[in-house]
Amino acid sequence: MPLIAGSQTQSQSQGQMVGPIGGQTQSQTLVQPHGVLQGYDPGSWFCEMLRPGHPPHPGLSLLLSRLAAMPIESLRRRAADAERDLLERGITFTVYSDATAIDRILPFDLIPRVLTPPEWHQIETGVVQRVRALNMFLHDIYHDRKILADKIVPAELVLGNSGYCQAMVGFDVPFGTYVHVCGTDIVRDNAGRFMVLEDNARTPSGVAYVVENRHMTARVLSDLMTGLSVRSVDEYGLRLHNAMAEIAPAAVSDPQVVLLSPGIFNSAYFEHVFLAREMGVPLVEGRDLTVEDGKVWMRTTAGLAPVHTIYRRIGDDFLDPDAFNPDSMLGVRGLIEAWRRGTVAIANAVGTGVADDKAVYAYMPRIIRYYLSEDPILPNVETRICAEPDALAYTLDHLPELVVKPVAESGGYGLLIGPHATQAELAEFRTRLKANPANYISQPTLALSVSPTLSEEGVRPRHIDLRPFAVTGRETWVLPGGLTRVALREGSLVVNSSQGGGSKDTWVLA
Amino acid sequence: MSDTEPLIPRVHHLIARHAESTLWLARYIERVENLARLLDVTNTFARDADDTRNWLSILRINGDQVEFYKRHQEANQATVADFYVLDADNPTSVQTAMAAARENARTLRALISTEMWLQINVFHGRIKALTAADLTADHFTAVCAMLKEAAQAHNGITEGTFYRDQAWHFYMLGRYLERADQTTRLLDTRFHALAPRMAASDGEIDAGQWNSLLRAAAGYHAYRREHPSGYRPREVAGFLLVNTAFPRSVGLNLAQLEWHLTQLRTRYNLRGGAKALERVDTLNGALTRQTVSDLVDGRLSPFLDWMQREIAALHADIVEGFCGGG
Repeated sequence: MPLIAGSQTQSQSQGQMVGPIGGQTQSQTLVQPHGVLQGYDPGSWFCEMLRPGHPPHPGLSLLLSRLAAMPIESLRRRAADAERDLLERGITFTVYSDATAIDRILPFDLIPRVLTPPEWHQIETGVVQRVRALNMFLHDIYHDRKILADKIVPAELVLGNSGYCQAMVGFDVPFGTYVHVCGTDIVRDNAGRFMVLEDNARTPSGVAYVVENRHMTARVLSDLMTGLSVRSVDEYGLRLHNAMAEIAPAAVSDPQVVLLSPGIFNSAYFEHVFLAREMGVPLVEGRDLTVEDGKVWMRTTAGLAPVHTIYRRIGDDFLDPDAFNPDSMLGVRGLIEAWRRGTVAIANAVGTGVADDKAVYAYMPRIIRYYLSEDPILPNVETRICAEPDALAYTLDHLPELVVKPVAESGGYGLLIGPHATQAELAEFRTRLKANPANYISQPTLALSVSPTLSEEGVRPRHIDLRPFAVTGRETWVLPGGLTRVALREGSLVVNSSQGGGSKDTWVLA
Repeated sequence: MSDTEPLIPRVHHLIARHAESTLWLARYIERVENLARLLDVTNTFARDADDTRNWLSILRINGDQVEFYKRHQEANQATVADFYVLDADNPTSVQTAMAAARENARTLRALISTEMWLQINVFHGRIKALTAADLTADHFTAVCAMLKEAAQAHNGITEGTFYRDQAWHFYMLGRYLERADQTTRLLDTRFHALAPRMAASDGEIDAGQWNSLLRAAAGYHAYRREHPSGYRPREVAGFLLVNTAFPRSVGLNLAQLEWHLTQLRTRYNLRGGAKALERVDTLNGALTRQTVSDLVDGRLSPFLDWMQREIAALHADIVEGFCGGG
């Protein structure tokens, strides 16, 4: 999802030498007037590398001194090597036009994003807490609907949601786990506070880049990493496989796991390859599977062989033409019926889309408190639910500063970016908002943190976010780090790969 | 894991569609190598007075005369190079074969080694980047050598890194099918042109023509060593057909096919190879029954045609037997 900030905020920051946050000016002692950080000035943004106001970490200081000693030419040469390497390795997504197919890489910025142990602790525990709450919420809304009866979350928001799946009502999944793989999009504000921007509870992607970025760092920047005790990301495939084996039908001792992909033309195909390889399981398409006698089988050289868990990278709608979209060519006829009989496990479960809906997101802090009686370890971005009178009043009063988003998929209603809007647009939106307040949430414009990033001009601050990946079978495990996406264009807050976004290696220091 | 558990890993299933892709991957890469060698030999060889006829021979081997003349007026170095290297619309070009090889490799990417994929991806990029300017007469041999070596590098990487489970056997089946097919084609077209002149006597021969035939099959030096005194049609035919020391002889490739099919049956307990094995038996039998007299009076050509059809049918047997998927 695009991150939006006011252009005013950006222009104000121009020319400021020191950020307004934090009295300690570590940056001035750490940044040498040479090396790749020469001329680097994060201005008023929170810099993840210089971290004003945060206690110094010896690993980070060492990394900074190494960067300060590295000539920019060396960094550029390594960047060119890395880019060629990514292309040659086919760590790419394919962009199809009428006549051609072009392989594109997700641009990789070599300067890593670093998380210290206390920072990671907050993220890890916060993600575990959030995944737990998401799963409890999903179990509840497909069973007793207590949270709806208690009016914590409006019933119509859940039951009328396009992601709510009737086939799931009353159906039990092993360990109550619906969201086996969760990607939680986290941003950091000007004060260095982590906040969740979005939950991705359906088929989150990007984890392959986490591991491949680390391998790339090890290849082209090993001298930068030496002796820093960066936590490994190599376990992901093993953890994922074991979670998939845990959720397989109980009677099976050595379950057959497969990864179900839409096929080689899917833009995330590289990741499907990566995960199948890392899990050590067959990479299948819908046409490789069939349902007979209420069980799922794969077509092998020895005939049909049983399948027990399907890690699917196909959306709910395309999974089974019998149950959902009848025109789907990607799915497996009868799959949902087999699942309901308990002969096969599907991850993520069907019907999780309701939990990562924008409107439900606004209720997440309350959902966490409701089920766990705990405060959220990772707060939401401050979000006002305009259905509530106080929130509506605040939103109307502060419209020029806020981002207002439509929640239901009603279509036709765009979001309002207050700082970018004209007086006429604000007035028009005010009318629309008053007419149907339940359709909107509002958030402050975000000042995302930055990280030093190689650009044409040298190393410059660029905005970043973070998507850690949580794997849940019986319990939840979070891959140390996650995907750091970076908006490569100056001033841009849009980290999406389709709009000039790249990625960075994410180091969790031990 | 208990102490008494065997060390031999359990048998893993192979997706039927992947088995077929593996077969094709091997065939397409082999095709690139064969074509590059043939182009190179033809190029070197075409520099005599009889230019046109020799460029035609490569078209005959691939059965491409009709398609070729739809696009080009005359068969010469430039047009043949364009047709067989660059032309993405020609199903028998290097460009097409490599694109198909990469597509299959993409399908198999979770199965083949990373090093195999990387080399195929880079190789494909290099072929895609070729232009007419790279294929001029002064540089053509170098391009052919590059193509050949890249295909051979693939073979080496495969030999050294491809895990030898079921998929490897299907890969090898693909390679040997393609080699057997290619050798019968080479022999068919060249022998056809060369043998009539020698039917009367084994003495007077055009050594250059026979050299090129053997070079196109990468068998020239081995043949010289085997038959130092000269060329006899029956010896050349025997060398290419039944000499089991020659890597590209039909007989050796049939033996390899048989071995891999048997492995699939015994090691992996796959029952789908019965029909294919039977056909290999038939082909082997027909080869061993060949006599010198079968080589003359135009009798070789119908035999080779039959072999080619049988090799195609063998591929179909394998796909049907193992890749039908039950």
